[in-house]
Amino acid sequence: MTKRITVILNNETRSLDVEPNDILLNVLRETLGVKSPKIGCERGDCGACTVLLDGKTVRTCLILAVEVDGHEITTLEGLSQSGLTPVQQSLLKHNSFQCGFCAPGMVLSATELLGKNPSPSQDEVKEAISGNLCRCTGYEPVIDAIVAVGKKAGKRV
Amino acid sequence: MAIAHEFDYVKPGTLREAVNTVARYGTRARVLAGGTDLITLIAENMVTPDAVVDIKGIAGLDKIEFKNGVLTIGALVTFSDLRDSPVIAKKFPVIHQMTGWVASVGIRNRATMVGNICSAVPCCDSGPILLVYDAAVLVVGPSGKRKVPLRDWFLGPRKTVLKRGEIATGVTLALPRKKHGACFVKLRRYEGEDLAQASVTVLAYADNTYRISFGSVAPRPIRGERIEALLAGRALSDDLIQEAVRLVPEEIAPITDIRATKEYRMHMVGVMLERGLRAAVERITGSGPAYGTSVI
Ligand SMILES: Cc1cc2nc3c(=O)[nH]c(=O)nc-3n(C[C@@H](O)[C@@H](O)[C@H](O)COP(=O)(O)OP(=O)(O)OC[C@H]3O[C@@H](n4cnc5c(N)ncnc54)[C@H](O)[C@@H]3O)c2cc1C
Ligand code: FES
Ligand code: FES
Repeated sequence: MTKRITVILNNETRSLDVEPNDILLNVLRETLGVKSPKIGCERGDCGACTVLLDGKTVRTCLILAVEVDGHEITTLEGLSQSGLTPVQQSLLKHNSFQCGFCAPGMVLSATELLGKNPSPSQDEVKEAISGNLCRCTGYEPVIDAIVAVGKKAGKRV
Repeated sequence: MAIAHEFDYVKPGTLREAVNTVARYGTRARVLAGGTDLITLIAENMVTPDAVVDIKGIAGLDKIEFKNGVLTIGALVTFSDLRDSPVIAKKFPVIHQMTGWVASVGIRNRATMVGNICSAVPCCDSGPILLVYDAAVLVVGPSGKRKVPLRDWFLGPRKTVLKRGEIATGVTLALPRKKHGACFVKLRRYEGEDLAQASVTVLAYADNTYRISFGSVAPRPIRGERIEALLAGRALSDDLIQEAVRLVPEEIAPITDIRATKEYRMHMVGVMLERGLRAAVERITGSGPAYGTSVI
């Protein structure tokens, strides 16, 4: 039974037809053409498919597309519409990624954390990205980059 | 991976409508809350419902209420909601701590505590914690409301007493009136996102009575009744703790799986019980390790 849903995707209202068993991750990538959410484990373990749903990080591999009717989704594409955010700049400066597969999820998790807690400790950063698996970096440069954003923010106030 | 199985998606606006829908489909309906368990189960063909009934459109189920010493957690309250709740942090620090150890933020933003006990996986973290508080599940069904003590809730792995057409609307528990301290000990393979290899929860009262529960070491979360009886009315001493630890094999029945062997679980539960008892008792007087620190 096809359903018509409307979502605000990266500040743009989009209406589309979905089947009840369509997974949000696939709909974002294939129907809506947004490719930053990656297909990783598809069972909630890796964080590669992360987006912000009404401002909170979620795993799109565990959500049906019909569930987000009327809701707001921000992906990495939406986050950097007006240039790289401070988190992204810091990750770039710290050369934090290698293959980059985990990067969209890491950036969104870090963005959510910094929104709530502008100067997180190293432990708080580790906890915030504990659901984002990275096969390449050993996490250190990612953690350093996120902590550095907080330190900079701390200095400004 | 797309989901191959086809089903109807229904999103009722009221509880009554939800109950009617679930009753109509009978055992062929599945309630959808956060979906962190259900979507994987459907994707892997472990459950194949005709209807998925999304309860997120029902008003009022997303509330955490604390009135006259009674805490009620609605069926749509997520682990993140609990983690951010000032009343939980203040009155139930051990629940606050537990919510921080469930999965990771991106799961906690969706996963509900009630969904956690409805899933009834033996390693669920909410079960043992709610058991020491003698919590009860609030249930609505075609024949009205009922309140099920959590002790009677779990039947086995992925099985609860929930009947055809019934929906859990929340879970409720009382803040102990007596002075108390608590400790939740979760054994994981690493810090960060992992299911419990074993868990021990202790609620200790100033009058030397104790409530103890275990997770991941039996077909369902269980209370340690023999150990509670042994300890009742006695001040904690090194000898008494050793006596309690000796009773562990009579209380639990761990198995070997991908996360740990049964021997390791059996041994560690003894260690965790000892540390959990000590920390809970110390916390009665505000000493001991701060809530949130792991004792294992
Ligand atoms: C990566 C990952 C890590 C995890 N780590 C942990 C962990 O550390 N500790 C832990 O305890 N759990 C963990 N979990 C499992 C945890 O997320 C789930 O158990 C969750 O709490 C279930 O709630 P939900 O709202 O997502 O339920 P759903 O997935 O929507 O539903 C789960 C089941 O309960 C039923 N159900 C849900 N709500 C109701 C209701 N109100 N009435 C009747 N039936 C209902 C559904 O029909 C379904 O069968 C993890 C999951 C993932 C994916
Ligand atoms: S693909 Fe969703 S968490 Fe791994
Ligand atoms: S940089 Fe390759 S997975 Fe993280």
